[in-house]
Amino acid sequence: MRIVQELLFVILFGTAVYLFSRKAGQIRKNILLGRDKDLNDHPDLRWKNLLLLAFGQQKMFRNPLVAVLHFFVYAGFLIINIEILEIILDGILGQHRLFVPVLGGLYPVLIGLFEILAVLVITGCAIFLVRRNILKLKRFISKDLDGWPRSDANYILITEIVLMLLFLTMNTADQALQARGAAHYIPTGNFWISGMLTPAFAGMSDGTIEIIERSCWWLHIAGVLAFLNYLPYSKHLHIILAFPNAYYASLEPKGEMENMPAVQHEVQLMLQPELAANAPASDTMPKFGAKDVTDLTWKNLLDAYSCTECGRCTAACPANITGKLLSPRKIMMDTRDRLEEVGRNIKANNGTFTDDNKTLLRNYITEEELRACTTCNACVQECPVSINPLDIILQLRRHLVMEESSAPAEWTGMFSNIENNMAPWKFSMDDRDKWATE
Amino acid sequence: MHIKTMAEYAANGETPEVLFWVGCAGSFDQRAQKITKAFATILDKVGISFAILGKEESCTGDPARRAGNEFIFQMMAQNNIQLLNMYGVKKIVTACPHCFNTLKNEYPALGGNYEVIHHTSFLQSLIDEGRIKMQEGGSFKGKKITYHDSCYLGRANNIYEAPRKVLETLDAELIEMKRCRSKGLCCGAGGAQMFKEEEKGTTRINFERGQEAVATGASVIAANCPFCMTMLTDGIKEAGKEENVKVLDIAELIEQSMK
Repeated sequence: MRIVQELLFVILFGTAVYLFSRKAGQIRKNILLGRDKDLNDHPDLRWKNLLLLAFGQQKMFRNPLVAVLHFFVYAGFLIINIEILEIILDGILGQHRLFVPVLGGLYPVLIGLFEILAVLVITGCAIFLVRRNILKLKRFISKDLDGWPRSDANYILITEIVLMLLFLTMNTADQALQARGAAHYIPTGNFWISGMLTPAFAGMSDGTIEIIERSCWWLHIAGVLAFLNYLPYSKHLHIILAFPNAYYASLEPKGEMENMPAVQHEVQLMLQPELAANAPASDTMPKFGAKDVTDLTWKNLLDAYSCTECGRCTAACPANITGKLLSPRKIMMDTRDRLEEVGRNIKANNGTFTDDNKTLLRNYITEEELRACTTCNACVQECPVSINPLDIILQLRRHLVMEESSAPAEWTGMFSNIENNMAPWKFSMDDRDKWATE
Repeated sequence: MHIKTMAEYAANGETPEVLFWVGCAGSFDQRAQKITKAFATILDKVGISFAILGKEESCTGDPARRAGNEFIFQMMAQNNIQLLNMYGVKKIVTACPHCFNTLKNEYPALGGNYEVIHHTSFLQSLIDEGRIKMQEGGSFKGKKITYHDSCYLGRANNIYEAPRKVLETLDAELIEMKRCRSKGLCCGAGGAQMFKEEEKGTTRINFERGQEAVATGASVIAANCPFCMTMLTDGIKEAGKEENVKVLDIAELIEQSMK
């Protein structure tokens, strides 16, 4: 019997890890479809960002109450993983609470702490469900989330609550069985929360409680492994990708736009033709800006997978606040959806992309959205996981103007004014210093 | 006051302490010209030797770049850098946060390396050094002033305190809007929006910001950007408060209150 259970567990665990790694590999491949960009400079600053922004969740604390609740859920999930390690080892080795003899008196203290965290996770998730579904906060009822994204958010919160309840029920049954001296249930000492709940099992037989304990144990670990495999399909992937995304976050001032060396070079040759003689001839026409996800940088694509659709960006966006179509959150969700589509296309066509007559621009993101942006950086400032929606918007704008000459008439006028009069308005260059003589 | 150009300095074999980069708005926009004059007056009063590029100055390329036209940006930037490097310019001060951002953050990649200072930071250092002295009981003493963070000084370059420190010297009552500092709401002009109609929406961004500023009860809205100036002035007008509420640049506030 024991060997059957061990075998079953190893198969379950192995399958879960295999499926997750396969999907993770696919996501990695998709991200690397992006344009190359070297983001390995200043490792010291990058580690600092990782610690402050990802581990410390610094930006979440712009709203302290929500930050504390989120921190409980996060810490709960992170720290309870130590308990998961024991559960996995127990499952593989056919043991029960393997760490008891190793940790001795520390064991019930650790489990007690985990239980407190479990209660905090349940509380946090319950409040989050209320904020989404009963208080209906503006950023959660936005049409950005219609359909799957809204359900996704609720599934995550409900799953976390269920997993924590299973964990607490399992411990309570264990404590009850310990008190009765049941075989295999070695004494661990009192667990802080489940220790108080044992009266719930008062009238039940040892056999029933054992079935409850075993069922909870299996459901809990199976639930955790299923949740692990749900992550890559969900906005919840941020619990993993927030870390690399913080590490690779831009270290430049937010106001700085990425230079385009190809254009710089071309303009240089135009202004100083004498350089042209030594210039290496380029045989490929460079592409300007981004039309589809593969024109964006790999960091833009990592951003898309890191987005948990919280909507802080959109809530702070001046265009969105005043009723324009633009929503930075939607820009990120569109980028991820299109990237997944391109990834599936490549997979289905044996490794090469086959034109599907779709692009990120227009099929997902419209010109009207892009034209509403004031480049104010509020979305970049607000994002707790270091996503930069503005960078994507500006690359798409570059494509529109430089590849398609698509710009509002006023902008076309502004461009020619700058080109001819050195100012965005139609004033004579000779009047530039007129103010000084008045 | 005669304002000398870099060309005049160079002709005499001299170099000024600092180049005053006026920018297109500061040069051509009638309202922004007053900011330019106020700042030039301060520099003159304090006795700083400064020059402008005059007719040789061109747009930094900021609006073209943000609209997506990198070619025009590169043309402007490379011409400007050539000119600045020819004059051996080391230090630039400007009253426009967009020019400030482009000169400071985007020109180095193209070979233009200068110490670039926004006029609010420059004013703060002049006050700290005691070179600007304020009148006793200046005209803004006790008045309610609210400060509007421009995006390109604030979030883009993390400068939030210098303008506030300058305003403190006015002995006025500083009231913050709810959306201030890194949470400041844009005026609606950035990203080349200044040069086109807003997209379809429920209201205009400058109306939204104008109302928020008016709601503070302040009689002066302090700005640090010529584009915010235009936007906020219209926003106040829309709120029907142009009689009671004035939008003034920090340079104007100081120029009117210094000895």
